[in-house]
Amino acid sequence: MEELLLARWQFAITSTYHFLLVPLTLGLSILVAIMETKYVRTGDALYKKMAKFWGKLFLINFSLGVATGLVQEFQFGMNWSEYSRFMGDIFGVPLALEALTAFYLESVFIGLWIFGWERLSRKMHAVTIWVVAVGANISSLWILIANSFMQQPVGYILRNDRAELNDFTAVLTNSYVLNQYPHVLLAGLVTGGIFVMAISAYHLLRGSQVDFFRPSFKYGLICALAASLLVAGTGHRQAQFVAEAQPMKLAAMEALWETANPAPFALAAVIDQQKETNSAEIGIPNGLSFLVYNSFSGEVKGIKEIQAQNVERYGPGNYIPDVVPVFWSFRIMVVAGMWLLLITMISAYFLKKGRLESYPLVLKAVLWSLPVPYIANSTGWAVTEMGRQPWIVFGLQRVDQAVSPLVPASAIWTSLIGFSVVYGIIAAAGIYLFAKFARRGPEEKAPDASVTPVKGATLWN
Amino acid sequence: MELNVVWFILLTVLFAGFFLLEGFDYGVGILVPFLGKNDLERRILINTIGPVWEGNEVWMITAGGAMFAAFPHVYATLFSGFYLALLMMLMALIFRGVAVEFRSKDDHSVWRKTWDGLICAGSLLPALLWGVAVTNLIRGVPINAQMQYTGTFFDLLSPYTLVGGLSFVLVFIFHGALYIGLKTEKEIAARARQTALRVGVATALACLGLVGLTYTNTDLFGTSGAGGALWLAVTAFVISYLLVVRARIGWAFAASGMSIVLITVSFFWGLFPRLIVSSLNPAWSLTVYNASSSQYTLKLMTIAAAVFVPVILIYQGWSYWVFRKRVTGKNLEY
Repeated sequence: MEELLLARWQFAITSTYHFLLVPLTLGLSILVAIMETKYVRTGDALYKKMAKFWGKLFLINFSLGVATGLVQEFQFGMNWSEYSRFMGDIFGVPLALEALTAFYLESVFIGLWIFGWERLSRKMHAVTIWVVAVGANISSLWILIANSFMQQPVGYILRNDRAELNDFTAVLTNSYVLNQYPHVLLAGLVTGGIFVMAISAYHLLRGSQVDFFRPSFKYGLICALAASLLVAGTGHRQAQFVAEAQPMKLAAMEALWETANPAPFALAAVIDQQKETNSAEIGIPNGLSFLVYNSFSGEVKGIKEIQAQNVERYGPGNYIPDVVPVFWSFRIMVVAGMWLLLITMISAYFLKKGRLESYPLVLKAVLWSLPVPYIANSTGWAVTEMGRQPWIVFGLQRVDQAVSPLVPASAIWTSLIGFSVVYGIIAAAGIYLFAKFARRGPEEKAPDASVTPVKGATLWN
Repeated sequence: MELNVVWFILLTVLFAGFFLLEGFDYGVGILVPFLGKNDLERRILINTIGPVWEGNEVWMITAGGAMFAAFPHVYATLFSGFYLALLMMLMALIFRGVAVEFRSKDDHSVWRKTWDGLICAGSLLPALLWGVAVTNLIRGVPINAQMQYTGTFFDLLSPYTLVGGLSFVLVFIFHGALYIGLKTEKEIAARARQTALRVGVATALACLGLVGLTYTNTDLFGTSGAGGALWLAVTAFVISYLLVVRARIGWAFAASGMSIVLITVSFFWGLFPRLIVSSLNPAWSLTVYNASSSQYTLKLMTIAAAVFVPVILIYQGWSYWVFRKRVTGKNLEY
């Protein structure tokens, strides 16, 4: 059992880390592409500067995302070989298609973008960053298609001791991904928008390079505001969908042990998983029924009843996820999302009045909100993944059946520690660079001033 | 042709493309601290692969994804079995990828030297491990009737597989030196050629060792095509070396690329229809038949590959065309 626990920790650490980087890539690539398009349209050098400056921060993030993404591609085979055998026929397809339709695009065109400023026409150069942005977002679509199968298997048949694909269209149009993808895409745009706003706020607070950071702030704000509104809407829709598709996940999100009609919405609860009850709870009467059914009544099934149904359907076993982290992750995500909506609305109000910079408190709040989208992204992902436990593929395979049978705990310890250390080092280096360039702003010093070739190297000096 | 066979060929193509393209990236990476006499030179070296290395690395990711989709049992057995080797490779590639992007973003000499070291080690280790891995696939590893790898990391290391690893490293350094010769000017280009001449001798010896040990350790020469391809690979390498001697770097690079492709083709041909040989019982080897996905999935993936691979080749080729000029000290991005 130790192997299973270690393998789960490793997957949690590597995936959460990777997913800290991905949303910014999704959102910021689009923002940079919009800035550069504006440059091409207007010829105004300000927008070129914007594309270059935010693009530089984008690249730091992108390289970390690509590097940690490598692990994602191979670790299913390392720790989850039985999952790979059981699911390869289906799960391998979106992964391979991701490489064919997205990774090549991203990787080739990011090279063209970085090195192409002098070699491509302005228009063509702007096209390259659009291709990167589209590639990144297609890539996330494939991953969510793959993940949605794990949440809600469709288009498959059980044959040869495994799940085999028999309807690819069904996998592509899985209702789970149709609900999940917009939420993730928009969360990326929120992250990108807040990132730009927060760094701009830092400079506006100091009155440094305001001619650059005022318009930057505006771009970030428009993006974050629109996306925050939509992310809330799609999130609400997704929760209603989960109520139907994965009632156990919803019940765990709400720590609802007993079936209730009408069901209250718990704001906070002291959860006792052993006794299968909440020893204390503050809630809004009828709240959950309203969230699920848009009406103040309606039955929501509790954990205990769903557990009994699952035992009947899948055989004896414990089908209850860890309620505490699911319950609290969901609440943290919602509060984080609401905070971002609030802060963007306040910023928009003051910006429209033209008084944003006379309210340092607002700018400070924006600056300190930089971690908030990351918290929302991680907890949101935790809800969707932990809420599916004990299943790795909902209803078809449990995590304990998926782990590699002959990989010893010592090997997993090695990789768990190894990846953590490596990720820690590159995180430290990345944060150092982010902070350095974000503080410095777009004003660059003369190129190569620091390079002092050694004596004898006379070709270039 | 059966789809299982089509996918075996496609996998061969993906690995050949990967070794051909990443081969010189690894080679350049390994050479950065040795060929670059000062920071500017090291930057020039890194910038020769700067615009293209990520696109090249995708060949490996695609090969991994294709393996997952077409031969899930191979994906599962290989990566759970070669666990620590893959772990080392991934850590090396993580550092290398980040290092290329980060190293010139700060002026401090310790910062730059550290990342340069990681570019070097992060290129050397994967090159070595791929050589070890490929030779292990055909030599055979302990795989039981349930397709599970029952050995340890040290079972992967033998004189044969270490020579395999060494040969890959040297071939890639040679290939990378020629790439530098093509992509830089004057002094560095001349130095790169000298490096190729020196490394080339060691490479030739290692490759001869590889051929000999392949003969004694595997059944590769039992397949005439595979054996022929291996001899052709050696021939291509010798031709490449002679072209370096005559300072025809462009043609030499083409020939060394050809030899890398031929080595890949030879090993896959020798493997066919197996993908991983079991040393415990030949019947337990993973083959294109017992390790494959369903016909539905193979068909779907064949259509996808037929549509997308040509498009990829076009735009990746175009990016090489855009960056066809030699790298000078001006407009360095990395």
